[in-house]
Amino acid sequence: MTELKKTPLNAAHRELGAKMVDFGGWDMPVNYGSQIEEHHTVRSGCGLFDVSHMLPVDIKSSDPKGENARAFLRRLVANNIDKLQVSGKALYSCMLNEAGGVIDDLIIYFMDENWFRVVVNAGTADKDLAWMQQCNADWGMNLALTPRRDLAMVAIQGPDAKRVLNEALPGADSLTETLKPFSAAALGEMFIARTGYTGEDGFEVMVLAKSAPFFWKALMEAGGKPIGLGARDTLRLEAGMNLYGQDMDETTNPLESGLAWTVDLKSARDFVGRKALEASEITKQLAGLVLLDKGVLRSHQKVFTKHGEGEITSGTFSPTLQQSIALARIPLGIAPGEEVEVEIRDKKLKAKVDNYPFVRNGKVLI
Amino acid sequence: MSIPADLKYTHSHEWVKAEADGTVTVGITHHAQDLLGDMVFVENPAVGRKLKAGEECAVVESVKAASDVYAPVAGEVVASNDAVESSPEKINQDAYGAWMFKIRPDNAADVNALLDAAGYEAHVASEAH
Repeated sequence: MTELKKTPLNAAHRELGAKMVDFGGWDMPVNYGSQIEEHHTVRSGCGLFDVSHMLPVDIKSSDPKGENARAFLRRLVANNIDKLQVSGKALYSCMLNEAGGVIDDLIIYFMDENWFRVVVNAGTADKDLAWMQQCNADWGMNLALTPRRDLAMVAIQGPDAKRVLNEALPGADSLTETLKPFSAAALGEMFIARTGYTGEDGFEVMVLAKSAPFFWKALMEAGGKPIGLGARDTLRLEAGMNLYGQDMDETTNPLESGLAWTVDLKSARDFVGRKALEASEITKQLAGLVLLDKGVLRSHQKVFTKHGEGEITSGTFSPTLQQSIALARIPLGIAPGEEVEVEIRDKKLKAKVDNYPFVRNGKVLI
Repeated sequence: MSIPADLKYTHSHEWVKAEADGTVTVGITHHAQDLLGDMVFVENPAVGRKLKAGEECAVVESVKAASDVYAPVAGEVVASNDAVESSPEKINQDAYGAWMFKIRPDNAADVNALLDAAGYEAHVASEAH
């Protein structure tokens, strides 16, 4: 067995008594006690997540006007980079292959024309970087693509997140008070973004790896509670956010994965995967499910609808709703409110199709 | 947490208590609930069901995962604990108190063949490597 990779906060997790698991080759905390309590903490207070396994990649232009960086991203990703005109704004997008499959989903921050920062998933980081470097070379862009493994990333999430961050970082309040959702600001090597993966207000802060343990301690002293990857998954699913590798991957069409809102087919851009998407026939949709019977929905369970079969892509028990919820890829033409059946072990249980997100900002939406 | 000396155990992490009336009470061990995390669903076998030793007969699900529970010995289900079905978290709170079901064994001596506390402790240690 190869040795697991460790984030700069690994020792901090072990001191806190976290249960550690192999998460795509990384030694990560799945919980520090009760996953359900951690979930509620983020909905009602402030939770801290070590997300340093994710990889920031800086895209810098050698061209003084920086037109290359924007041109590169215009072609690389499915969302339209030209939506980013104000420094600090962020864009969520998929990066597709020529067949229209999803290589990864990522967040792109526009700092200036010479500097875009992309944050990619941990499990796909090597593949993503190789793909971006290949495109950079093939398209003659001559950009500098720099993976930032020298940075650590901490997510501070929940209704109390702003107060905790302000207390842990004296002087940050002038910035956190004005930073808009889905925007970021750089302060030297520190990078503060008002983004997250929980459906709550919050921040994702990148700091130099060597400063991370000190920063984490300050956040805990300010009242932030450590949250493991277990609760991260139930929080994002309640918030209706896709998880790469489960809800979409290289074999799935983003237009059948609830990601049409991130694919820009209006502009005339020729991005990788566009032709394949335009030629594809859309027969499925990603829908929310709520289990009406007792049990727990899990990925890969079969869904039976009046228009044919589908499959659950992500399922869990929702601590906020106290019942099981899921995202499922099912045939088109099944509307919210309709009942379907899900095969769990040897039984067919009743579930209701629902709009998602299920929960946002602490409020139940269904 | 120490492993109770008065119980028997299986390799699949059930605990078994031989009762004075000849039945056996079954639950999952503290170690098993610790591996699974917060319990959210329990499904017990129906009373009257005949079980073979090692047969899948119940399910426990945590937020994280589903796990089968196996019959430690052959016999007939004579009781099922509704309290853990309605409040699965009882298994996290007290794994050796929150019993799941009772079996009347076909052969009372089968219970003796199960692991004792020391044997189970060694089994858990071996799985950790």
